[in-house]
Amino acid sequence: MTRYVMVADLRRCIGCQTCTAACKQANATPPGVQWRRVLDLEVGEYPAVRRVFVPTGCQHCSDPPCEWVCPTTATRRRPDGIVEILYDLCIGCSACAVACPYEARYKVEKQIFAFGDEPTADEKLRADDSRIRVATKCTFCADIVDAGVARGLTPGEHPEATPACVNLCISGVLAFGDIDNPQTIVSKLLRENKHFRMHEEQGTNPGFYYLWDQDLCHDRDT
Amino acid sequence: MTATLDGTPRLQRNWDSRAAWNFIGGGAGTGLLLVAAAALPSGWPYFFAGALGFALIGFGLSMVWLEIGRPFRALNVFLHPQTSWMSREALFALPLLTLAGIATLADQNFVSLPLQMRLPVTPLASAAAALGLAFLYCQARILRASHGVPAWREPSLQWVIIVTGITEGLGLLLFLSFFVGPLPAWAIPTSLASLIARAGVWEYYRHRLNPRVPVLAIAALSRISLPVNLLGHALPAMLLLVSLVAPRPGATAVVAGIAMVAAGAWLKFAVVTRAAFTQGFSIPVLPMRGQPSTAAAAEVRQ
Repeated sequence: MTRYVMVADLRRCIGCQTCTAACKQANATPPGVQWRRVLDLEVGEYPAVRRVFVPTGCQHCSDPPCEWVCPTTATRRRPDGIVEILYDLCIGCSACAVACPYEARYKVEKQIFAFGDEPTADEKLRADDSRIRVATKCTFCADIVDAGVARGLTPGEHPEATPACVNLCISGVLAFGDIDNPQTIVSKLLRENKHFRMHEEQGTNPGFYYLWDQDLCHDRDT
Repeated sequence: MTATLDGTPRLQRNWDSRAAWNFIGGGAGTGLLLVAAAALPSGWPYFFAGALGFALIGFGLSMVWLEIGRPFRALNVFLHPQTSWMSREALFALPLLTLAGIATLADQNFVSLPLQMRLPVTPLASAAAALGLAFLYCQARILRASHGVPAWREPSLQWVIIVTGITEGLGLLLFLSFFVGPLPAWAIPTSLASLIARAGVWEYYRHRLNPRVPVLAIAALSRISLPVNLLGHALPAMLLLVSLVAPRPGATAVVAGIAMVAAGAWLKFAVVTRAAFTQGFSIPVLPMRGQPSTAAAAEVRQ
C-alpha cells in the first residue's frame, strides 16, 4: 500500500511563506485562498514565549470527516491517501468545510483577481470556472504526483513528482513521500525525530506530521 | 473563507442564517407534524397543522437550496447516504413532504369525495410524523458531524435539536388552537414537560461545552441563555400552569406557544450563527531550536 504524507520540521521553519507562494503559483488559487499557509503562533506563557511557524493545510486524513459528511461523494480518498474533490460533483454545500478541524477548505462565489476587476494575463489563462462556488483545498499537487509516478519517478525524491510547496521550501522544512515505505525520506524523518499531528484527538488520523525534537531514544538504539 | 494566520478560533462563515433557518423550519415543522398526528384521535383537524408543518420544512429546505454554491446540481445530494447525514436528511425529506402534503389535502377533502373514496388521514399523518422524526434526527446529526466546530460536535447538541423541534411543534399546536379550536387534553401537560426537558438539555449542553470550546462560543451562548430561559422557558411554563387551572386556557396557551417557538428559533439561530467558532490551532510542544537547554524553552516544555 502507498500512503502519501507530508512532514514539516517546525525547528526549521522561518515563516517565509515561500510554500504559500509556490502553492498559489502552482494551483492558481485566487486572493484570500491559501491551500498551503503558514500559521504564526505564540507558544508558552510570558515570559517564556516563543514564536513558532506552523505550515498547515489539508491534512489528507485517513479517516477524513469531510468525506463522511459529503452528500455527493465529491470528496473522496484515493488509494494512495490523497483526499481529492471532484469539482463536477460538488454542490458547494460547505458541509465539508464545517467538518474539517483544520480549516483547510475554501469556497469562492465568483472569480476574484489580484488587481481589481480585470484579470492579469496569467489569471485569464488559468481561470477555472469549475472551481467557483464549490469546495476547494490542497490536493498534495496530485496532478504533479500522478504525472511523476506515471514517468516512474518517486514522489518526495524527484521534484517532478513532488508537491510545489515541498520543492520550493527554502529551509528544508517540508518533506513528502510514502509513509508505508520505510526507505522514504518521510519514514526516516519520523523514525529519527519526535513528532505530533494536529488535533489528533479528533480521530481523523491526519497525514501531516510535525517534527519538534530529535528522538534521542532512536539515536541511542542505533 | 479568508485564511487567518494567527491560529486563533474564528467564526465560521460557510453556513450562515440560511442554514440556521433550515434547522429552525425543519425542527418546528417536523415537531408540528408529530404532535398534529398525535392530536388526530382527539378529533383535531390535521389540515392547518399539516399545511404549516409542510410549509416550514419546505421553507427550511429552500433556504439551504439558496445557500449551496451549485443549486442546479442539488440532486447530487442523494448520492452518499452511506455516511452523510445530509444525504439521509434529503432522502427522508421527499417522502416526508409527499405524505404530509397528501394527508393535509385528504383531511380537508377539497373535492368532496364520497366517504369510501377518501384517503385515510391517520395512517398518512402517522407515517409523515415518523419520517419527520427521522428527518429531525438527521438534522441533529448533521451538526454533530461538523467536527470543525466544537460547539456543534458536542454530542448533547443532538438532544437539544430534537427536544427543541418537538417543543416548537407543541408551541405551534398551542398557537393554532386560537384558530382551530380547543386543544387535546394532553397538549398543555405535554408542553410543560417538553419545556422542562428543553431547559434541562440546553443547560446540560452548555455545561458540557464549557471546558471544550473556544471562550467566544461560550460567551455567545451565555449572552442568550438568560433571556431564553426567562422568556422561552420560565414564562411559557408559568402561562401553561395558569392554563392548566384556568376554565378557558385560550389566550395564555397561545402566548405560551408563541414564546416556546420563538425561544427555540432564537436558540438554534445562536448555535448555528453565533457560537460556530472553529477550534483554531495550537501545538502541544515547543520545537527545540538551537540549544535545547535554554531556560525559556525548558520552562515551556514542562
